[in-house]
Amino acid sequence: MKALSIQHLTKVYDNNLRALDGINLDVEQGDFFALLGPNGAGKSTTIGIITSLITKTSGHIKIFDVDLNMYPEQAKSYLGLVPQEFNFNGFEQVKNILVTQAGYYGIPLYEAEPRADELLHQLGLWDKRFTPSRALSGGMKRRLMIARALVHDPKLLILDEPTAGVDIELRRSMWAFLENLNAQGTTIILTTHYLEEAENLCRNIAIIDQGCIVENTDMKSLLNRLDKEVFVLDLNSPLTEPIKIAGINITQVDNTTLEVEIEKDQLLNDLFQSLSIQGIEVSSMKNKANRLEELFLALVEKTQVNP
Amino acid sequence: MRSQRQQHWIAFSTLFMKETRRFLRIWPQTLLPPAITMTLYFVIFGNLIGSRIGQMSGFDYMEYIAPGIIMMAVINNSYTNVASSLYSAKFQSHIEELLIAPIPNYLILAGYVSGGVARGLLVGLIVTIVSLFFTTIPIQNLLITISMIVLSAVMFALGGFINAIYAKSFDEIAIIPTFILTPLTYLGGIFYSIDLLPNFWQQASLFNPILYMVNAFRYGMLGVSDIPISIAFAIILFCITALTWFALSLLSKGTGIRH
Repeated sequence: MKALSIQHLTKVYDNNLRALDGINLDVEQGDFFALLGPNGAGKSTTIGIITSLITKTSGHIKIFDVDLNMYPEQAKSYLGLVPQEFNFNGFEQVKNILVTQAGYYGIPLYEAEPRADELLHQLGLWDKRFTPSRALSGGMKRRLMIARALVHDPKLLILDEPTAGVDIELRRSMWAFLENLNAQGTTIILTTHYLEEAENLCRNIAIIDQGCIVENTDMKSLLNRLDKEVFVLDLNSPLTEPIKIAGINITQVDNTTLEVEIEKDQLLNDLFQSLSIQGIEVSSMKNKANRLEELFLALVEKTQVNP
Repeated sequence: MRSQRQQHWIAFSTLFMKETRRFLRIWPQTLLPPAITMTLYFVIFGNLIGSRIGQMSGFDYMEYIAPGIIMMAVINNSYTNVASSLYSAKFQSHIEELLIAPIPNYLILAGYVSGGVARGLLVGLIVTIVSLFFTTIPIQNLLITISMIVLSAVMFALGGFINAIYAKSFDEIAIIPTFILTPLTYLGGIFYSIDLLPNFWQQASLFNPILYMVNAFRYGMLGVSDIPISIAFAIILFCITALTWFALSLLSKGTGIRH
């Protein structure tokens, strides 16, 4: 079953800006899906229309096979949203925000309270349950938005840049939380500017640019399209003379650092064999750039050249 | 599994409780000022000036103005509560919590309006208690008194809702109460009987809906009115119907709340 099906979705704003130009998009149930695109590409407009915060110009949306236009209440009950901007009442206490949101979904207090308590524990907000939300730190506010989106146990969770401005430790704990949630069956759609995040978490991906879907595939196939990768090698001891290996493009950054360009059909074994023969020991190796980032830039640049 | 009706009831009561909690939490801004202002009205207009005016329509002046002062407090507070709460929700974007939830538009409207009515009636009760320190309030017809005060609160809460929908700044939610609501209230026969006015102003006053509410409410309390009570009920019911339809059409189009 499809968790989300978008057909010919178009949005033209009052100022005649065509934010979405008839996009089609399917997300399967249980997927962890990345929706990527540069600023102003149409990601937030798409999410806004799915969550009823923005009115569409034309097109159809189904959430778990329920038409959002015809049965808005049923369709909306499946959705949870973690928006990009903080959007809770700064004067409300943390727990009240969760219990109130549950009430909007028709969940009575005797069920909402234990559910809110459970989420507050899981997301490390228990000690802050009686604190007005405006007094929380940025990271806590992000976690509160996740808790609020989950309080009615949605089948489809949409996160619009959930880790923006969050420190690396918290980001990693949020990734673990989301992976666990997805493993339990919640379909997740993620937009992010951290492409490493999308690469690590998501199985399928769509890239949107200038209101059009320019790529929609699974992460593995997309990454396989890279025809070459650049690796950075740290050496155990300084090089005494320039290094050359036939068929492999090597740049010497400094005495102990090399950049090596490996074509898609080349093996790393060949590289290491040649290095060993020359008595060069490698202490560590990493990708020079995030692989998805390279593909993303290539795809987006292509649409900007050929709009 | 809960029925849709049960879910709707929970959603409505959640919104109502949230609205009520809001004005109770900030009681020094919402409940205390009307109590102080209305006490001043009673002291200055009722006690100091009123004792020189003598009787109006057969009642002491203080007794005559008490229903109008209570009505004025109810109107202002019902209106202001919804206007400021909904506009704040737009301003802080937490209106989105409601818009993404499976709540039909009529329940969003009902939740906000009932919150405004609750504040209006609570302030009305406080002002009534204050007025009992200065005068007696005989209730001639309890049904008319209660129904008129509730209907007036509903009507002005609806007005506050529409104001907040259109408002793009906090200034815009202060303009209507300051420049329209307050003059209409003062000219709505709170402090005088329209029989005292020249003929032209008597006729002009009949276009002021607040005149009907004040007089019908006064009729419920004192048994005197400048206008027929049935017309007052017809006008207020018409206004409530028209405002409800208009507010629902705005919600349906997403005016001011959806992009």
